[in-house]
Amino acid sequence: MSLLAADLPYWAQSLLRVLGGTVAVLLPAGTIVYLFLFKMMSFMQSRLGPMEAGPYGSLQLFAEVGKWLQKEDIAPENADTRVFRMAPLVVLVSTFLLVAVVPFGPDAYFTDFDAGVFYMLAVSSISTLGILMAGWSSANKYSLLGGLRAAGQLIAYELPMVLSVIGVVIQAGTMNLQSIVIQQNDGEIFGFDGLGNPFLLTQFVGFLVFMISVQAELTQTPFDMPIAESELVSGYMTEYSGFRFLIFFIAEFATAGVFSLIASVLFLGGWGLPFSWFGWESVDGIDNWMNVGGPLILVTKMVVLSGIIMWVRFSFPRMREDQLQRFAWKVLVPISLVNIMITAILKVVF
Amino acid sequence: MPKVPGMIKGLGVTARTMAETIKPKKLGGGAHTVQYPHEKESPPIRARGVIALREDNCTACMLCARSCPDWCIFIEAHKDLAPPRRAGGAPRKVNKLDRFDIDYALCMYCGICVEVCPFDALFWSPEYEYSEPKIADLLHDKTKLGEWMETVPEAPALEAGAEKKKGK
Amino acid sequence: MTDLADRQKLSYIAAQAADARLNVELETEGMTLNIGPQHPATHGTLRIIVRLDGEQVVWAEPSAGYMHRGYEKLTEVRTFPQVTALINRIDWLGSFANEVPFILAAEKLMDIEAPPRAQHIRTILFELSRIANVSLFLGDLGVQLGAVTPVFFAFRDREYVLNLIESATGGRFHPNFDRIGGLKDDLPAGWIAETKQVMKRLRAFCDEIEDLLFGNEIFQSRLRGIGVIPADVAKQYGLSGANLRASGVDWDLRRDQSLPLAWDKVDWKVWTHPDGDSFARCWIRLQETRESTKIVDQLLDTIPAGPIMAKVPRIIKVPEGEAWVSTENPLGEMGYYVVSKGDLGPFRVKIRSASFNNISIVPWVLRGVYVPDVISILASLYFILGDIDR
Repeated sequence: MSLLAADLPYWAQSLLRVLGGTVAVLLPAGTIVYLFLFKMMSFMQSRLGPMEAGPYGSLQLFAEVGKWLQKEDIAPENADTRVFRMAPLVVLVSTFLLVAVVPFGPDAYFTDFDAGVFYMLAVSSISTLGILMAGWSSANKYSLLGGLRAAGQLIAYELPMVLSVIGVVIQAGTMNLQSIVIQQNDGEIFGFDGLGNPFLLTQFVGFLVFMISVQAELTQTPFDMPIAESELVSGYMTEYSGFRFLIFFIAEFATAGVFSLIASVLFLGGWGLPFSWFGWESVDGIDNWMNVGGPLILVTKMVVLSGIIMWVRFSFPRMREDQLQRFAWKVLVPISLVNIMITAILKVVF
Repeated sequence: MPKVPGMIKGLGVTARTMAETIKPKKLGGGAHTVQYPHEKESPPIRARGVIALREDNCTACMLCARSCPDWCIFIEAHKDLAPPRRAGGAPRKVNKLDRFDIDYALCMYCGICVEVCPFDALFWSPEYEYSEPKIADLLHDKTKLGEWMETVPEAPALEAGAEKKKGK
Repeated sequence: MTDLADRQKLSYIAAQAADARLNVELETEGMTLNIGPQHPATHGTLRIIVRLDGEQVVWAEPSAGYMHRGYEKLTEVRTFPQVTALINRIDWLGSFANEVPFILAAEKLMDIEAPPRAQHIRTILFELSRIANVSLFLGDLGVQLGAVTPVFFAFRDREYVLNLIESATGGRFHPNFDRIGGLKDDLPAGWIAETKQVMKRLRAFCDEIEDLLFGNEIFQSRLRGIGVIPADVAKQYGLSGANLRASGVDWDLRRDQSLPLAWDKVDWKVWTHPDGDSFARCWIRLQETRESTKIVDQLLDTIPAGPIMAKVPRIIKVPEGEAWVSTENPLGEMGYYVVSKGDLGPFRVKIRSASFNNISIVPWVLRGVYVPDVISILASLYFILGDIDR
């Protein structure tokens, strides 16, 4: 976007950013819902999934959205109406704020600032607020239980997520997401630069911890205790219907998409391919086509990662609340602390 | 060999199923579901889909209506004179059906009426596509029941070792 | 084995005592939560009232009767053939198994016995309905614990069993195939070969479920050591079927009583598990499904030739008397106490259905567990609402 920034007025830039952000949030959500929720899940269960709306059911999502939009917007009588209505939006806002720091190409980004990682980790916990609001204001015991579980779980898993990212930050020596991407593609592992230096290889433990925490942050199975449709009847979403449920639904999958984007930025080399393949010496040498090709590469990586998230979701049963808390505090946090230590030592040694 | 963790195995099961479903039908893959309005499964011969009526055989003896556990068969008839069997004989008295309705909203498809019918007037047909938007429309009269007579299949051959049945 | 059971009992009591102490010390205000009548975990309309302290259950009480259909009373105003059609609907997943004890009781009163071929086919269909029933349990278990895929596998493979039942009896869910003195019809040609294929498929299904669910570490951690029912408690509450065998009691009515059915003619094993926890209950059912496929396979090879109907009058009048017959149904012991006064229909029928007794242990077993465990324990106890409320 900064390419265009030079010769566009401020309002046009802002408009472009808003449009781009909407696309960057909704497109991954739609892709994930269709590819994985509708099709991959169905295939894994020996069925075909939606087939009627559009060729091979590709317009099913639009049909669903249309159905939800027609439904009545119901709020329980005893609900704290204002909070109840606001909660889904708060959850969605966190997704939009997250996408702001994701770099899509050498010049294609919404913002490029130095505390990118810090910002991302901070903003991602806004959704906890929204979920807690939804659970509390619904005036429903199941929602309350779900909301409280969600809050406890999201806070517990925020920590290993932060700690696992610290490994990357130490290795890259920067908190700027754009520089992290460039370092991975420009770098080398012990003198071998054929693959660049994706942190997936050097920070594999960090990657695993990050993906597990993402799974928990997204409240996907096996960490979907807050939703738990078979016991809490969808937890904090119980009382929502129509448009507001749709927002929760979009937010769930959009956040899955955005977190996969961030994971691929942090660990898989983001928008880039190893620079040595094209003979680029440094950032300045990158061809301009990467501004179009970069987002495509990034989205491909995102699809792969969210595919894994969804695959796990469709195969596993869920953990109990106390088990997943124990898992976060007793397993993930120590592992990521050890990971940080080893990374720091190696950073100093080499 | 070290034991494969159960979680990895589980991922393998779902992945295998996905590969099987994606594999084209010709190679033995494909989904287990049927895209209903486009392709239809044929129910087995004995399937109890709908009760068909052969009106000529019915003598309005009311056995079926009485043996029905939830009284969903409604029969009305009047006495009528049929032409004699032999020339010069007296005209026969027969029961002529005025009404033979089955309320499929009530029917629980137990098949007792078909079994008790002594005159071979009731049959099971595997036909199943007769749903109605209104529950009252599920009350079907004898013309409709007669139309279903065409869908009644022959009774299936029996498994080895079965005794031949006499008559019905 | 006894050692283990004792230790488990002790640890259970210790855990309960610790919880009780905790509750006294922390005097928090409880919350009453209605699980059901409209709740996905009760697969039907069972209502369980629980008092919670945080997420811990302090007190639980099942409240049945939301789906009471009055079958015991209805049987008094129906004839014997009509009753068969009704009692299909008690345990709607293994409906053929519901007919058998009733018909056997009526046959006992009339002092007739079905011909050997009919007995054989009855046993085969009985085991098929057990497979249809329990395979759905194995899938449903996944859903209760949050795994979405197993239930589709279960529906997929149960479909083959239902097709078999349909092509033999005409009804997928409500066969109404048993008659006093035998069966309504003989098997259609080709049925035996097809059944063998399906049994092979179901064994593969059991392996799949074992890999996907039972081997999963999360699944095991959710079920192992949860909801432990020691053997004597299980007996006191009148549990039966897999729930009882999971507590280590070697008790199976198929083997332990002699009925005019064909189980004594084949070679099979009664599985028990010493643990008595939720996992044991689920594991027993998985093993029993496998065992059932083996029983069916052996029975298919040995079906004797001959008639399928004994000589019975066209209009059935059961002589005066009383008879009790119970069988090992998919859910546990199911029996009918039939009192006849020599009429077309029974004078009074008492139905002993397995689920009703099985959920009677709910207040005992749910005390002190967490809300997520309520669901997994209920799922592992496996009840069917029709079987509770009748």
